[in-house]
Amino acid sequence: MSGFAALVARDLRLVWRRPGDVAVVLAFFVVATTLFPLGIGPEANVLARIAAGVLWCAALFAALLSLDRLFAADFEDGTLDLLLLAPWPLELAALAKCCAHWIVTGLPLAALAPLLGVAFGLESSVLLALSATLLVGTPTLSLIGGLAAALTLGARKSGALLALLALPLCVPTLIFGAGAVEALASGGDFGAHFAVLAALALVALATTPWAIAAALRQAGE
Amino acid sequence: MATPLLEVADLACRRGGRRVFERLSFSLGPGELLALIGRNGSGKTTLLRALALLMRPEAGTIRWQGVEARGEPDVWRGRLGWLGHLEGLKADLTVAENLLAAERLRGAPPAEDRLDSALVAFDLSSLAQRAVRTLSAGQRRRTALARVVLTQAPIWLLDEPLNALDAPAQAAFREALATHLESGGVAIAATHADLGLPGGRTLELGTPT
Amino acid sequence: MADLHFLANPARFRRFSQRVVPSLSGATALMLAVGLYLALLQSPPDYQQGDTVRIMFVHVPSAWLAMAGYALLAGLGASLLIWRHPLAALMARAAAPVGAGFCAVCLLTGSLWGRPMWGAYWVWDARLTSMLLLFFLYLGHIALSRAYDEPERGDRAAAILALIGVINLPIIKFSVDWWNTLHQPASVVRLGGPSIHPSILVPLLWMAVTLFLLFVLLVLLRTDTEIDRRRLENAEQQA
Repeated sequence: MSGFAALVARDLRLVWRRPGDVAVVLAFFVVATTLFPLGIGPEANVLARIAAGVLWCAALFAALLSLDRLFAADFEDGTLDLLLLAPWPLELAALAKCCAHWIVTGLPLAALAPLLGVAFGLESSVLLALSATLLVGTPTLSLIGGLAAALTLGARKSGALLALLALPLCVPTLIFGAGAVEALASGGDFGAHFAVLAALALVALATTPWAIAAALRQAGE
Repeated sequence: MATPLLEVADLACRRGGRRVFERLSFSLGPGELLALIGRNGSGKTTLLRALALLMRPEAGTIRWQGVEARGEPDVWRGRLGWLGHLEGLKADLTVAENLLAAERLRGAPPAEDRLDSALVAFDLSSLAQRAVRTLSAGQRRRTALARVVLTQAPIWLLDEPLNALDAPAQAAFREALATHLESGGVAIAATHADLGLPGGRTLELGTPT
Repeated sequence: MADLHFLANPARFRRFSQRVVPSLSGATALMLAVGLYLALLQSPPDYQQGDTVRIMFVHVPSAWLAMAGYALLAGLGASLLIWRHPLAALMARAAAPVGAGFCAVCLLTGSLWGRPMWGAYWVWDARLTSMLLLFFLYLGHIALSRAYDEPERGDRAAAILALIGVINLPIIKFSVDWWNTLHQPASVVRLGGPSIHPSILVPLLWMAVTLFLLFVLLVLLRTDTEIDRRRLENAEQQA
């Protein structure tokens, strides 16, 4: 467990040294979201109707955008070899990397989303729900995106490929994340959506670390 | 001869659909050094990576005190001090942070008290708080070697350890290696240059059939 | 010679495929001819949909094969990762575009069928949407397996992806069904129907078997090509 904590701490410290990388991702989230009212028009009822979907899609893109370097940096400077050589399970290391990624992207996205939701005219209870779904859903995005990042390690054109691999696998999380918010706004069953969203996170937690570890091992060969 | 610590038997490795070497056997006793020599592409790095279990060999066994390394891979990995052709350093962390983080990633107890001697051994004390980003190639190599010393691992696997080192740094490396061997450790180093230690054995990897 | 071991399995496969392919192609062609007669001429038109129902005889088996094809990719992936079976990698490389092809046929015929039924070439029907996502999974597999300079790395990465994909496929299907019922309550006309009359079921099953043979034939032929390609690449590397 100490290795796990050490890896999370190291990655957070690295982000701390270069806060610009995270700032760019969050800025992308804000700018991308802002484009929708400009493209669709400022009608309040239309914006409130699409807000959940737009914010969730933008969060998904922002999370994927930042995943490109998750393992690539370690791969290029040789620290991935040190992770592969660490005398504790590589699956835990994979989890630690995704965990660190979530802390620096998923958490801020969940915090930022309600502010943008206000601009879309969402009610305060819905804003809270939006934040809650992102809090529970973004770990899944970090895990699935982490897998795509590990699979594309050392590939040609890895950025676009990463998105192609991760997006279809993220569809259930998108459906239930945006669906939960919409359910609350339209008087549907928020709880059921939210429960499935949490279940999806658990499934990702149970399956992706093994696959990421396998992908990292074969990248090391 | 003392009973061997490390026994490698009939190792064969394949890379990119091509067999790099086969039926490779050697054994090392306490304090023994094996220098791997051979042309570029003869499989020195592949052998080191196979020994570290970073790649799966096609055939053969690696035994430490009679126990197969692949039987308990985590225990085996815990015994390794690794220097690859990449330094394994984070450019945005300082020298000291890099060394301490690497030790914690191995799950080792806090290494703060051992840090100074490793830094001194490679004349890095004045650079300890500098970000690796700002160091020269030789200074980075020295930092990576200090990382290996800090592990206190019984088995060193080194890929071109003398790369980019100037004469004083090479001397420091030889001294660290000699200390490691005197304490009963073993070392395997891929090298083009003479490691300059008496009593070292060499294994020449040739072009495969 | 270093390569002999690697080629042992593919060489045996080649002897097998050379024996099987001629008779298999003959059988497929014959069955296709009979199947088309059954589907296009012999079976009755639907009392509601008329002749457009005949699209089903290609559409439904294609959907089945597209799904089975992805399961095959996962099986081949497991056999590559666990037993390092060299033929599995080549067969997965051969099978992925074939599966994607059947998936595309399913989507195209579905959209052609949708035009008279729903009045639009594309509606976000749950089944079609699931198929579209399966098509994306296929695209990812194909792109990943070809994204590396070392083909073996692409093989193994794609194998891992196929295994994760096959776990996620039912989850995706479930999510899309949920999403669909939420947004388009109950009024959607389901493809197929609750009970199928034998006069339609027989040609449907016949076409399913025929297209299955076609699938196998295409995979065998393409695997042969992949063996040649890999042999050539290895020879280039050795030279």
